[in-house]
Amino acid sequence: MTARLSIAQQRARSAWAYLAPLLIALLFVAAWPLLRTIAFSFTDANLSDLTSWKFVGFANYVYLFQDPLWWRSVGNTLLFTLVSVALETLLGLIIALTINAHMPGRGLVRAAMLIPWAIPTVVSAKMWAWMLHDLYGVVNVLFMSIGLIGRPWAWLADPGLSMAAVVMVDVWKATPFMALLTLAALQTLSQDIYEAARVDGLGPVRSFFHITLPLIRPALLIAVIFRSLDALRIFDVIYVLTGNNENTATMSVYARQQLVDFQDVGFGSTAATCLFVIVAIITVIVITLGRVHVSASGGDR
Amino acid sequence: MSPLILLRRIGFYGLLAAILFYTVFPFYWAVVSSLKSGSAIFRVEFLPSAPTLENYRALFAEQSFARNIANSLIVASLATAISLALAVTAAYALGRIRFRGRSAVLFAILSISMFPQIAVLSGLFELIRYFGLYNSLTGLVFSNLILTLPFTVWVLTAFVRELPRELEDSALMDGASSFKILIEIFLPLMAPALAATGLLAFILAWNEFLFALTFTLSNEQRTVPVAIALITGASAYELPWGRVMAASVIVTVPLIALVLILQRHIVSGLVAGAVKG
Repeated sequence: MTARLSIAQQRARSAWAYLAPLLIALLFVAAWPLLRTIAFSFTDANLSDLTSWKFVGFANYVYLFQDPLWWRSVGNTLLFTLVSVALETLLGLIIALTINAHMPGRGLVRAAMLIPWAIPTVVSAKMWAWMLHDLYGVVNVLFMSIGLIGRPWAWLADPGLSMAAVVMVDVWKATPFMALLTLAALQTLSQDIYEAARVDGLGPVRSFFHITLPLIRPALLIAVIFRSLDALRIFDVIYVLTGNNENTATMSVYARQQLVDFQDVGFGSTAATCLFVIVAIITVIVITLGRVHVSASGGDR
Repeated sequence: MSPLILLRRIGFYGLLAAILFYTVFPFYWAVVSSLKSGSAIFRVEFLPSAPTLENYRALFAEQSFARNIANSLIVASLATAISLALAVTAAYALGRIRFRGRSAVLFAILSISMFPQIAVLSGLFELIRYFGLYNSLTGLVFSNLILTLPFTVWVLTAFVRELPRELEDSALMDGASSFKILIEIFLPLMAPALAATGLLAFILAWNEFLFALTFTLSNEQRTVPVAIALITGASAYELPWGRVMAASVIVTVPLIALVLILQRHIVSGLVAGAVKG
């Protein structure tokens, strides 16, 4: 028994040796840069010379909270997250239910769905920017030919449309991801329940709301949380489609503009730290609420 | 066939066709647009009347697009290779060994994968400058690790944990060292998971934009996403859309091919990475 215990102890010690390279790497690429960003947020550091800076206390934070453009970007981020994730979940569910039906051609659709997912974000943004071009874009031509719109719309320049356009592009890119995760959840359901439901005379709509939805809700919830955390830090789609335009600028876009374009590392870091804190709070809440999942993957089953 | 069933069939295939159109059309339109040159690109034709490869030629002849592709390949491959190497031992420890602090490490890895990239931008910038890596591919490989490392470790840990316990028990009885068990028993079994995880990590790094945009200065060091985002025409107001679309097609086709070939592995990898996360 003592020999067995010492083997276990030995293994526990070796675990840290196996982890050491990873932990050192993460220290360099994640922990240290994050701490430095937080530290910079209390200084007046400038991008041209990061070695000389003055400590300014909470001045950056006070200034940030008084900047209407910052609050605009917070609002944009929340709006973008809410609308795009809701649409992606709904569309993903519809697509997953369609593919899940045992019909010829589902393999083809599943393969086709991977296309938007595999396309680099920057590329998909450019592809859509071209399709949404106000003068020569195919979207305007198509919509006008079926009488949906009377004259060409300036999708990316019009302040009332640009957010919708950005959401549209993100929905196209991320829906397959939602559909695949939903499909994976659907495929764990056993056919027996549906047989029983049919015998009991439950129609397809009711059996969806009473059986399918409750059963896949946990998986759906996790997918929604992941997409939301992704959407909160969104940068590339928006930067490529509409640049720093205040109508669509999210917190990440705002922070990068301060940091790089205006060279104001101190102030930009303040905005970045605020975004980090928001994401961190949500993550902690989610992980605590979903304790089951961390322990299910961390412990043995 | 009763009319009701027929109607439902039509409805179903109509929905299927709509989904296919929605997912595939934007890419199809990029291909079509990339084959039009001159003023043809401004006419909406669903099949180009005079297809030409002029845009593709210009991309390689008039700017350093070949160089950008090479840069992306180097950065994404190195970031993936380093991540896999570090993740194999880490996943073994996290998935097979019981030790105090394991949950804390898993929690930290999960948290890092949630970091907004912008939150480490100024800290990374300082570090990269300090090591003299600004405007270099090494700097990009280094910064990409924050994306690829947590992902590979997480997915591989989930995979290793599923392997049967008997695998190492008999080897342990024989007094084999855990390193020997890892190399001789686990590594061969992990090969398919390594391939799928590696591909997903490669795509993550290949698509990375913010770091590549911020940490490079000259076109010779840029990766493909940045090069595409920054393609400009003769004036700021006339973007050479044909060329942008040609570039988009070039970087997308290999990815789509890979993804379609490995689609089964990818779906299971995505599910392991996200659902268990």
